[in-house]
Amino acid sequence: MTHLDVELKRLKEEKIEMFDLVISQLSKAKTAFLTMDKALAREVNFNEKRVNALELKIDKDCENIFALFNPVAIDLRFVLAVLKINSNLERIGDIADGISRYVAETETAFDPELLQVTRLEEMWTTAIEMLSDVQRAFDADDAKLSRGVFKKDDILDEVNSNANDVIEHYIKSHPDKIAQALHIVSTIRKLERTGDQTKNISEEIIFFLEAKVLKHLSEKAKSE
Amino acid sequence: MNKIESKNVHLYYGDFHALKGISMSIQENTVTALIGPSGCGKSTYLRLFNRMNDLIDNVRIEGDILLDGRDIYKKNIGMRIDELRKKVGMVFQKPNPFPKTIFENVAYGLRVNGIDHRSFIEERVETSLRQAALWEEVKDKLKKSAFELSGGQQQRLCIARALAIEPSVLLMDEPASALDPISTSKIEELIYELKTKYTIIIVTHNMQQAGRVSDRTAFFYLGDLIEYDDTPVIFTNPKDIRTQSYVTGRFG
Repeated sequence: MTHLDVELKRLKEEKIEMFDLVISQLSKAKTAFLTMDKALAREVNFNEKRVNALELKIDKDCENIFALFNPVAIDLRFVLAVLKINSNLERIGDIADGISRYVAETETAFDPELLQVTRLEEMWTTAIEMLSDVQRAFDADDAKLSRGVFKKDDILDEVNSNANDVIEHYIKSHPDKIAQALHIVSTIRKLERTGDQTKNISEEIIFFLEAKVLKHLSEKAKSE
Repeated sequence: MNKIESKNVHLYYGDFHALKGISMSIQENTVTALIGPSGCGKSTYLRLFNRMNDLIDNVRIEGDILLDGRDIYKKNIGMRIDELRKKVGMVFQKPNPFPKTIFENVAYGLRVNGIDHRSFIEERVETSLRQAALWEEVKDKLKKSAFELSGGQQQRLCIARALAIEPSVLLMDEPASALDPISTSKIEELIYELKTKYTIIIVTHNMQQAGRVSDRTAFFYLGDLIEYDDTPVIFTNPKDIRTQSYVTGRFG
């Protein structure tokens, strides 16, 4: 194993650790959100510092590898991918933090009917599943698994595009719960964005493994 | 247009098959880097272009090598060797100035070609030294021995000497491997500037140098040309797994 291999292996381990952390943040944010668990929400807020610290550490390690080892070919693509995935993961961490912040500051639990009509729980589950898929794809160099998230993202898009109508209908019949309803819309938008971030991660994994650039292609072309 | 073309070139040192059917076209005014592990045939291939292998015992060369569309190995229909040497300059790994003054080193090629017009020689020496980015450093000591220069300056002097006869092709065999980083950087800058006038082929063991200076890169392995492509492709997405292993430092 060359010295560079050792560095790349370490970088991969750090990246897996960051995936673990962000997936855990998102899962805890989900539970906190659905059960109004304030203690758990505050834990997510607290751990956000760890996500940020790990982001900076990985950025620095990538910078050092570029400067000291001048990686090329698959090594170069790997380090570039890690660097970009880093920003995407950090943003997903921010979203988990933001959602939890609201939970920590709110008194009333969400109306179960509201959660049910918006399919919010399904959306949470899918978002977390997508992120777990790209983590496993990254760990196992599995481009096929990585491509799978483009299809799963359809569920997030569907929930998101139905949200306006569903919420409008809900507000009309529950005028006393407008604040809650609006907050659910904002959460749906946030989760939809985690889906986009996860797709970006998937694109980076495929770039690293196959040297193919998927950015700005149609969804159909990306899945093939 | 193709400045240089080799078609199915084989070279044997006695029984040893050193180059195995190399076909490659090199465009005018480009820099081509030849890379590969020691003994892969890249220097042998470079030396074919000014027929430096001819003097080695038991060498057998097959195939065609064309410069400006003319075969450089076929005596009757091709290019004569003295004409070839005027068109092709060479710079070696170690600076090898002649034991003469700085001025006479650069003037040497002109004198052996029968040029003795003094002002013409002076003008050409200055132009060549300027092209080699050495003029400012030596203009006040042209009568001093070339050996008083530093290694990096000596190498640029050798480049000036090669340029003085106004070749159109410059062959460089690891021209910066014996130099410090500053001198190396000067040579690399020079290569970049010279390609507007010359076609340059450079053998290098330094991957980053190949990346920095060349337009096209050819990877040789065990006498075969494994991959030849635009330099950014070789260093970001090589097609052959052997090229990838080599440029990423995993074998060679």
